[in-house]
Amino acid sequence: MDGNMEHFTQTKSSARADTASAPIKVDCQNIDVYYGDKRAIEDISLEIEDRSVTAFIGPSGCGKSTFLRCMNRMNDTIESAKVTGKIFMDGANINDPAIDPVLLRSRVGMVFQKPNPFPKSIYDNIAYGPRIHGLASGKAEMDEVVENSLRKAGLWEEVKDRLQAPGTGLSGGQQQRLCIARAIAVSPEVILMDEPCSALDPIATAKIEELIDELRERYCIVIVTHSMQQAARVSQKTAFFHLGKLIEYGDTERIFTNPEHGRTQDYITGRFG
Amino acid sequence: MSSPTEGPANTGSFVTEEALQRLKKRHAAEARFKLYGQLAIGIAIVALVALLVSIFGQASSAFSRHVLSYDLNIEASYVDPEGTRDPDAIARNVSGFNLMLQDQLADEFLADDADRNDQRELYGVFTRLAVLPIARATADAPETIGSEQIFNVALADDIDLFLKGGVSARKSVEIGTVAAGEGSTEDGVTLTLASQDDAEKLSAALTELTRTDVDDAPAVALIKAGNTWYRMESSEGRNLSLTYLAGPRVLPAEGAEMEALVLAQSQENRTVTDRQIAWTKILQTQGRVKSVLNTSLFTNSDSTYPELAGTAAAIIGSLLTMLVTALLAIPVGIFAAVYLEEFAPKNRLTALIEVNINNLAAVPSIVFGLLGAAVFINFMGLPRSVPLVGGLVLGLLVLPTVIIASRAALTAVPPSIRTAALGVGASKTQSVFHHVLPLAAPGIMTGAIIGMARALGETAPLLLIGMVAFVAEVPDGPMDESTVLPVLIYKWSTGAERAWEPQTAAAIIVLLVFLVLMNLIAIILRRRFERRW
Repeated sequence: MDGNMEHFTQTKSSARADTASAPIKVDCQNIDVYYGDKRAIEDISLEIEDRSVTAFIGPSGCGKSTFLRCMNRMNDTIESAKVTGKIFMDGANINDPAIDPVLLRSRVGMVFQKPNPFPKSIYDNIAYGPRIHGLASGKAEMDEVVENSLRKAGLWEEVKDRLQAPGTGLSGGQQQRLCIARAIAVSPEVILMDEPCSALDPIATAKIEELIDELRERYCIVIVTHSMQQAARVSQKTAFFHLGKLIEYGDTERIFTNPEHGRTQDYITGRFG
Repeated sequence: MSSPTEGPANTGSFVTEEALQRLKKRHAAEARFKLYGQLAIGIAIVALVALLVSIFGQASSAFSRHVLSYDLNIEASYVDPEGTRDPDAIARNVSGFNLMLQDQLADEFLADDADRNDQRELYGVFTRLAVLPIARATADAPETIGSEQIFNVALADDIDLFLKGGVSARKSVEIGTVAAGEGSTEDGVTLTLASQDDAEKLSAALTELTRTDVDDAPAVALIKAGNTWYRMESSEGRNLSLTYLAGPRVLPAEGAEMEALVLAQSQENRTVTDRQIAWTKILQTQGRVKSVLNTSLFTNSDSTYPELAGTAAAIIGSLLTMLVTALLAIPVGIFAAVYLEEFAPKNRLTALIEVNINNLAAVPSIVFGLLGAAVFINFMGLPRSVPLVGGLVLGLLVLPTVIIASRAALTAVPPSIRTAALGVGASKTQSVFHHVLPLAAPGIMTGAIIGMARALGETAPLLLIGMVAFVAEVPDGPMDESTVLPVLIYKWSTGAERAWEPQTAAAIIVLLVFLVLMNLIAIILRRRFERRW
């Protein structure tokens, strides 16, 4: 990361008005996903803006996680899954077989539903990604990467004295922030979050949300959530999925105050889902 | 029934007569099930304890043995008649050393007119080959020829067994002193006991030890009067008519101490003769029979004489075989498991392979022996009876076990670890080797060591590839003829002489010690690895 890091951590984001002019980071075109014979995603096209938070909402099984996993080709690891369509990231189609998913995933970080730190020390958890990608040469540089990542994830102050303690010994909220720090450590451009707060208590959730708000100044963040309030609080854009289809996509404020579709209205007011 | 003070009306149903009845039944079922469990554990423990007690009980006598201990002048005329002082010739000259000890014994115990049968009986108290260690020691230091050396020679297995309380049931009776004696050593002696009570004690002991279920098999009494041993032929009141066996050829003096050794079996029915017993007893009173720790059990190789047989060759053979087995089964097993579990596409072919690996684990081990004989010996032309072939066969035998255990360990690693690694951009191989495999390592190692333990105890397949051969030398390497512990146990257990019985039990203990050691290593390794996380 670069030198204005200090400045970055101290600046609290105060507004969500600066999103209108943000450039497009990810452009998904006609995405279909099949699990065997089952069509999980039906022809979804979606543009995701850089340096903003996009929330995917929808009832369980509507395909929002599946769609999220298309963006770092995690679906490749599921044998029966087949993805068609094009996803452009900075102009390159990431579904092109010529693109190595390993390199893609170093640009697109992911945070999972359940905190899943490696059963290693806090330090090694962060250092693993940079190490395999060769992002730091030497111990001093690696120490810096670890510290920066932990600072950005808001965990540094809590763990700086016990970097060699096992990551699995942290509390649930701390573990999830450790996972976010781990994702940040490989300097990604996009961070995908698959219900990152579903296993956490309200206080830990609040901390993560605050963190997401800070991170969006530098990253393109896509978050899947079951909590309408969370989507409303942290995101600038919201996409509503239902039965594998994209029903509605637009500014969060508009979706929550004036949805175009009756189904969206029903879902966000809690009439179904 | 009083219902709880407050709450909805239907809470009352929890304390109805019917509900209490149901609850009681449930508790009873619980208690019953607990009892079954405890019973099962109890049976297992009793079986284990019974096994250990019986093996250790049997083996206890094999861990010590009796030796004949003489200080003898090593005379050149016996051991180096040519006078060359050539170590090889001396080491080969077992007969010379043997003759030296035989002559010493004959001097002490045999009359001048003794015939070959007498000699054979006397020389039977030790085995010819038992002087081999002395021959070797002398060959290593030829300057000791002509000086006095300690001869510690293993007693024959039957004599050893007799001294340990085997061969025949017996009872020792003090029968007072000699009141009068007449007769001669050649024609028979009649001794009179000092007291009638002692005579009754003796006849009571004889009656007690005489078997009632067999006709005409009376117990016999060996009588020691002074330092001379006799066999009692008949008795009349206090008068005993005796035949001379061993010791000073003079009539015992009046007042000499008497002692009777009553044996349930006469010498026709046992492997040790009356005279051999008498000689051994005399040697024992002279302090020339000692009980020593049976170190030869660990330092000697197999032998046709149980008192000389040891497990050294089999231990080394087992270790060499295990080495080959480990080198084959562990890496191949782990890589096969990793591939099947992490990389292989899930299709019909891999499903078929999986099913067959599970089936292979259930194939009787003797079939693997046939395979080994056909492939390694007949087709590939490897020699028989070598640890290399044994290790390969056992390696194939435990391979499925290692694969199954390793796969189970890999499956137990939570998938979130894999996705986490992939999520930060690790390749599939990196996620497996950096994260999954280290986490699965304790389980994999346990599986591998359980597999090795199974291989260590395996007998049947090794019989088919010729590892049952008699091996008297410690093998030098995996291409040297050798045998292994379980095969040795099998061979010893079929030995005809009674002395093989404790010997076999002792070898079983050696095998068990190895198994316990392996399990201990497994536990220690597991602890180590688990502590790292």
